[in-house]
Amino acid sequence: MEELMKILKELRPEVDFEKEDKLIDNGVLDSFDLVALVGEINEVFGVEVEFEDMEPENFNSAKSMYAMIERLENEV
Amino acid sequence: MVCNVLEYLEQAGEKYPDKCAFADTTKRMSYTEVVDTARRIGSGILKRGIQGRPVVVIADRDLESLMSFFGIVYAGSFYVPVDKALPVERMKTIIQVMDPGLILYQGKDSKVAEQLGETDKILTIEELLESDIDHEALEQVRAEHLSTLPLYIMFTSGSTGVPKGVVVSHGSVVDLVEQFTRSFCFDENEIFANQAPFDFDVSVKDIYLTIKNAGTMYIIPKSMFIMPKKLMQYLEENKVTTIIWAASALGVVATFKGLDKIKPLTLKNIMFSGEVLPMKVLHYWQANLSQAAYVNLYGPTEITCNCTYYKVDREFAIDEVLPIGNAFFNTEILLLDENNQKAAPGQVGEICVRGESLALGYYNNREATEKAFCQNPLHDFYRDMIYRTGDMGFYNEKGELVFASRKDHQIKHMGHRIELAEIEIQVNILEFIKKCCCVYDDKREKIVLFYESDGEHEVEIIEELQKKLPKYMCPNRMIYMEKIPMNSHEKMDRVKLKKMLGEEAYAEK
Repeated sequence: MEELMKILKELRPEVDFEKEDKLIDNGVLDSFDLVALVGEINEVFGVEVEFEDMEPENFNSAKSMYAMIERLENEV
Repeated sequence: MVCNVLEYLEQAGEKYPDKCAFADTTKRMSYTEVVDTARRIGSGILKRGIQGRPVVVIADRDLESLMSFFGIVYAGSFYVPVDKALPVERMKTIIQVMDPGLILYQGKDSKVAEQLGETDKILTIEELLESDIDHEALEQVRAEHLSTLPLYIMFTSGSTGVPKGVVVSHGSVVDLVEQFTRSFCFDENEIFANQAPFDFDVSVKDIYLTIKNAGTMYIIPKSMFIMPKKLMQYLEENKVTTIIWAASALGVVATFKGLDKIKPLTLKNIMFSGEVLPMKVLHYWQANLSQAAYVNLYGPTEITCNCTYYKVDREFAIDEVLPIGNAFFNTEILLLDENNQKAAPGQVGEICVRGESLALGYYNNREATEKAFCQNPLHDFYRDMIYRTGDMGFYNEKGELVFASRKDHQIKHMGHRIELAEIEIQVNILEFIKKCCCVYDDKREKIVLFYESDGEHEVEIIEELQKKLPKYMCPNRMIYMEKIPMNSHEKMDRVKLKKMLGEEAYAEK
């Protein structure tokens, strides 16, 4: 989780990722944020975020992102 | 000869009155409805007595915004689209440059409009829709029209800290769509899917190619590029034939492997511009949609969208660069060396453009206009304007133009043209900043801000910048430094800072 928070903080230092739980629904993250974010997640966690994973509920909060990463890590 | 883009709309309306011209996710409009609605809006604007003055539109990605553009043109004015997501401060700067006759918005965006502090100028599109069509007044406007009159103004980053409004005429847009139609054999069966926001000139091609060819244009909602699962389904369902997108949007699809599941086989033309398309993105698309033609388009807003194109006609290795190709018909590219002479074959020179596509200049900014739009230095026999792009290029052995680099500190980031100096000016305004320097990290595609201060201030900097600059101009990374390195000329050492980023990338590997 710490690593993910570091990625998010660097991506958007002004966003409170601890609290925010509608990152996609409220348009906090845009498509370019997501491109950068998915790239970082793939690299740092050694996973492959797939097309099927691109759902708002997987990216609305840091928590849900982490849950997705854990799931992907277990699949490997 | 077509003198006014509305002639395209009306011709399409006569030939295909019931055909769908434009659609967003909630509604569709036939050519007859578009003409009728635009005339209504135009008649309403005419009553305000602002003919010939600019009209700012707080634009969204929907039919209402589009209709307001046509309505403004019917009223003999020209439109200035401003994305509703822009910071209010940025909108105010644009309004200050334009001094518009009116500012149009939709009721749902009233909060934004009210913050502009222009109560006597703001007007809702809904109110204009209630107007009766005044045929006589509209005819009068048409009779006075000239193809050299402005059609729209698009803003682009300015190195002095103030954005510049590029003024584009009807004649230049007519030239654009005629040459595109000729080069790519478009016809009435064309179905376009618009990705670019309306304040970004990539969208100009979608709008005017649609009405010129009596085709159909779908406005793709922004959300589909954020979560692109539905994007390909949308293209497939609507039988889209041509996409003219920012290269970065093709990149989004490739990153999320958007074509793995659904391959919209109706796509015939995949065109991209804005920045160099990474080869792996092209390969991904080609592997999934091999039936389509891929076209690299090049050109700045000042020459009306694009001046050269390259149809991909061979295979490229991952480390090769796509050429930008050759000039469109009725456009000439001059490659000039530092002595303003034609660059020798193979030699790098500044890409300069000549032809009807040249914009009228920057609005209310003679100084910037004269710097970029100038007499063809190869002769002095008559007035012959060229536009100096500031892009450096060369011809490869196949005779195709290849982009090499920039002459200055302008960069391309997420498809947008950005003057790094404009960001630095906004950062330097902050009182806790002693010095700052923006560098583009090409490898990671990030704007990196180095700043000298009494300590770390990342959150404050980004919060302040977001009030003034569009999001794509805000730094993606900030690095606090006790002392920014200087070079022997006592200037901030950009080369060294850039090298630091490069070494860091190397260390990561």
